[in-house]
Amino acid sequence: MTSEIKNILLAGVGGQGTLLASEVLSEVLMQAGYDVKKSEIHGMSQRGGSVTSHVRFGSKVHSPLIHEGQADILFGFELLETYRYLPMLRKGGQVLLNEQQILPAPVAIGTDQYPQGIAAKICAACPATRVVDGLNLALQAGNQRTVNTVLLGALSGMLDLEEKLWLEVIAHKVPERFLPENLAAFALGRNS
Amino acid sequence: MQRSLMSGNEAIARGAFEAGVRVASAYPGTPSTEILENAVNYPSIDASWSPNEKVALEVGIGASFGGARALVAMKHVGVNVAADPLFTLSYIGVRGGLVLVCADDPEMHSSQNEQDSRNYAKFAKVPMFEPSDSEEARAFTRLAFELSEEFDTPVMLRTNTRISHGKSIVNLQEPVSGLPEPSLVRDPAKMVMLPANARRRHPLVEERIRRLEEWAGEQPFNRVEEGTGEVGVICSGIAYQYARQLLPEAHILKLGMVYPLPKQLIRDFAGRCKTLYVIEELDPFIEEQIRAMGIEVKGKEIIPLCGELTPGRLETALKGDEQAAPFIHPEELPGRPPNMCAGCSHRGVFYTLKKLGAFVTGDIGCYTLGFLPPLSAMDTCVCMGAGISNATGLTKVLPPEEKQKVVGVMGDSTFLHTGINSLIDMVYNGGCGTVMILDNRITAMTGRQENPTSGQTLSGIESPPIDLQALCRVIGVEHVQIIDPYDLGQTTAVLKQEMARPELSVIIARRPCMLDRRKGPEPTPPLRVVEENCSSCKACLKLGCPAIEWQQDGAKPLARINSSQCSGCQLCLQLCKFEAIEVCDDE
Repeated sequence: MTSEIKNILLAGVGGQGTLLASEVLSEVLMQAGYDVKKSEIHGMSQRGGSVTSHVRFGSKVHSPLIHEGQADILFGFELLETYRYLPMLRKGGQVLLNEQQILPAPVAIGTDQYPQGIAAKICAACPATRVVDGLNLALQAGNQRTVNTVLLGALSGMLDLEEKLWLEVIAHKVPERFLPENLAAFALGRNS
Repeated sequence: MQRSLMSGNEAIARGAFEAGVRVASAYPGTPSTEILENAVNYPSIDASWSPNEKVALEVGIGASFGGARALVAMKHVGVNVAADPLFTLSYIGVRGGLVLVCADDPEMHSSQNEQDSRNYAKFAKVPMFEPSDSEEARAFTRLAFELSEEFDTPVMLRTNTRISHGKSIVNLQEPVSGLPEPSLVRDPAKMVMLPANARRRHPLVEERIRRLEEWAGEQPFNRVEEGTGEVGVICSGIAYQYARQLLPEAHILKLGMVYPLPKQLIRDFAGRCKTLYVIEELDPFIEEQIRAMGIEVKGKEIIPLCGELTPGRLETALKGDEQAAPFIHPEELPGRPPNMCAGCSHRGVFYTLKKLGAFVTGDIGCYTLGFLPPLSAMDTCVCMGAGISNATGLTKVLPPEEKQKVVGVMGDSTFLHTGINSLIDMVYNGGCGTVMILDNRITAMTGRQENPTSGQTLSGIESPPIDLQALCRVIGVEHVQIIDPYDLGQTTAVLKQEMARPELSVIIARRPCMLDRRKGPEPTPPLRVVEENCSSCKACLKLGCPAIEWQQDGAKPLARINSSQCSGCQLCLQLCKFEAIEVCDDE
């Protein structure tokens, strides 16, 4: 039974919009008829800390948490955070990688180094890695804050779900005045 | 029937709405905060933030005395504060149903301890439900109100971080109708707990728990899910979900109510299983009670006592060996700890406290992040309110030259939570510490909830903002000063002066929270580094501002200011001695 369950782990930095992205994803999955659970941590870690969200779907989901080494898709919003959670990916899983780099505090104050060549390391460990320049596409869409929607667009290409569902849920979750740029961002991500 | 994807906290608010709750009160605390934030969206519920959990529970008890149903919510450590009314309420019982929701935080994602609140149910002799997903959170909340009135008892509902903040599908039901209208009823034998009355109530409490145990044995929320093997598992809450996933063949006794336990049901179930596990997070709460019944189980000798259970940790416990991850990092990665926001009004205060060598007795809030490097300026942190009273105790015993270094620090919300009692004690008993109230007019760490300094209630109604300066004066503090924490010169001068003062003084550092859109300061232009002037001295890095990044890839290492993050607070500009930081005035 558990083999029917699909696991998507979102990893990013507080403030990047990972929680809204996992919200949209989970809602789309429910609309598509799946049982779905998502789990994440709010509170202290959101102050610029490392943030993850577990999304699991299938005919019947029990645990809201993904078992270590069993994520089917690692949905990474930032280079270092994607690399940090690579051990959560199963053998043969896929990575969706946003090429953005956000310096953690110890690096920003010069007491630690940001690891070099992360994208290459991820691609070496997981050949099925899809790299997206989320920030650049978001700027093309007209607002750098739409990176999360660009990435959802890219993710939508990796999941067998109707495009219509995505567009409906985004229209429902995003305030109307930001909707045009978010729909543009979704399309750019989906076609990237 | 409408289906909705809800967090456990949203579902609890929904359950309260369906149960006809009139009053909901709480003090914010992760992971419980969103219960009230959602309850306030139902017009039939009067939802409000209280200054602390004890007050919140007493407000709920008052509503219950009036015959209305009341929901009270708090995090696990909040129950410690509310324990006083809780234990006596157990003797009194209820008129309108009363449910206390308590959200535990195993793993301490956002807490100072990971106490297991199930112990409170046994200690206070009240029944406790434990949902295992959002649908149960809704249904158990609703059921808890019926139970509360039927058995004349407050009912606790315990969640944890994964239940409160995890989302799953909920089946919405219509709200109840026909509940009696609130009214005044005098019933002193039940509602006035002086010794003669309380002595008569205690046996009723013991009898109530016995009846509840019998009743719970026949309820569908305590159910057996048949498996195929000889292994049985007794579990509840989130642990049930992990057990179901990892042991699909096992027989499972799933408990929806964790106190009192349905003993006969457990005896029958145990009799059918060759090997019996009790799988539970944190304390051996269920396990010890089953062992006391003379039944042998496997439990905490293999299942961790500390931290939250995860599918991986449970698998390791059950199988005895750790599964190797498909990928292991060959190098150590830099951590990404949380940080105060760019432009946070606390940053300059902690920078100054560190510079002056203060010994800081801290407290619970965003400012606890002042502990982290490079600020590294918090020396103690126990609980809300302790920042001031710990300073009192320290100054009682230290030699004079060390006394001067002690500064008790807390926020506006924690000051009104319990800190005010600590300050009264300091005044009354001649304490001589320096007290700082970091007044950002909001309960920030939990996500900017209103408090009595905010000028607004949870439901958006205006209320008189408490004048903290006048309050300190009226308690009897002679020296009270207000400073602007964005002004480092003033902050340093006033702190130096007050730390040197042999008597008690209070400094109120006042600046609205950066994230509070209603009261946040007008946007100011971001700053930038003038590269040719930067001497690479790293003085600005000592602030630990997330907008300042140390760059080592150019001709010389230098600081760079990320303009999309910079709030323009100008703290770094005040620290730079080389005129290497300037305001961007491009527009």
